[in-house]
Amino acid sequence: MPYLAVAIGGFFGAILRYAVSEWIGAINGLNIATLLINWAGCLFLGWLNTMTTERLPIHPNVRLALGTGLTGAFTTFSTFTVDAWKLYQNGQVGLALLYITLSVLGGLAFSYAGYRFADGWFGRRSTAGRNIG
Amino acid sequence: MTYLWVGIGGIVGAVLRYQVTKSINRRTDSTFPWATLFINWSGSFLLGWFTRDLHRLLPQWHNVPFLVLGVGVCGAYTTFSTFSYEAVSLIRAREEMRAVAYVVLSCVGGFALSAIGLYGFPKGS
Repeated sequence: MPYLAVAIGGFFGAILRYAVSEWIGAINGLNIATLLINWAGCLFLGWLNTMTTERLPIHPNVRLALGTGLTGAFTTFSTFTVDAWKLYQNGQVGLALLYITLSVLGGLAFSYAGYRFADGWFGRRSTAGRNIG
Repeated sequence: MTYLWVGIGGIVGAVLRYQVTKSINRRTDSTFPWATLFINWSGSFLLGWFTRDLHRLLPQWHNVPFLVLGVGVCGAYTTFSTFSYEAVSLIRAREEMRAVAYVVLSCVGGFALSAIGLYGFPKGS
């Protein structure tokens, strides 16, 4: 069953990524679609992982489908590295460096934002609950 | 139909990542995210290689092999969200140096391996 959960999530995650990249595409050689996909995925996974481990336990298979499957397959590291080389190959070295910087720093920031967002969710109530328990 | 090809590749890529993560984590007690590092390195190499050579291997299939193996499998196998989440988790655990090492290793290794896939091994003189 865990494999089925990951497979279903992976199926939709990859299709969603392809749909978004076909829809937005690249601007001036810069793969803005992949950048937005990775940022959005980082925000969601930061929120989901924090939410489901620290706040609101859900069924492990649901977590696998949404996190490991859907979000994991939606975001991509390989397209990021290959696209940066394509920019470099086109002589757009500055744009390549900008793409790398925005991807990495933005990804970390959105991931942290997702964690903070989930941490604030029911924040007071769950802290009170812990104190009583 | 193109969406279905990508989706089929996505199933394979995501399940492969899940299995590789489990296999590596079973063999190490380290809190360092070796599994994702290995996955993103190997996937970067494969996507570089597929980008360069896949259209030559099966020309009669047009872009289908790349949709399945490149966009689907490599795209879903590698992951940016888990990479960022693990880096932030290391920072939250006050292991800043390991977080920096993880980010630098992921990027430098990922770029080096995708370059080898795209352009081949650097030829020594």
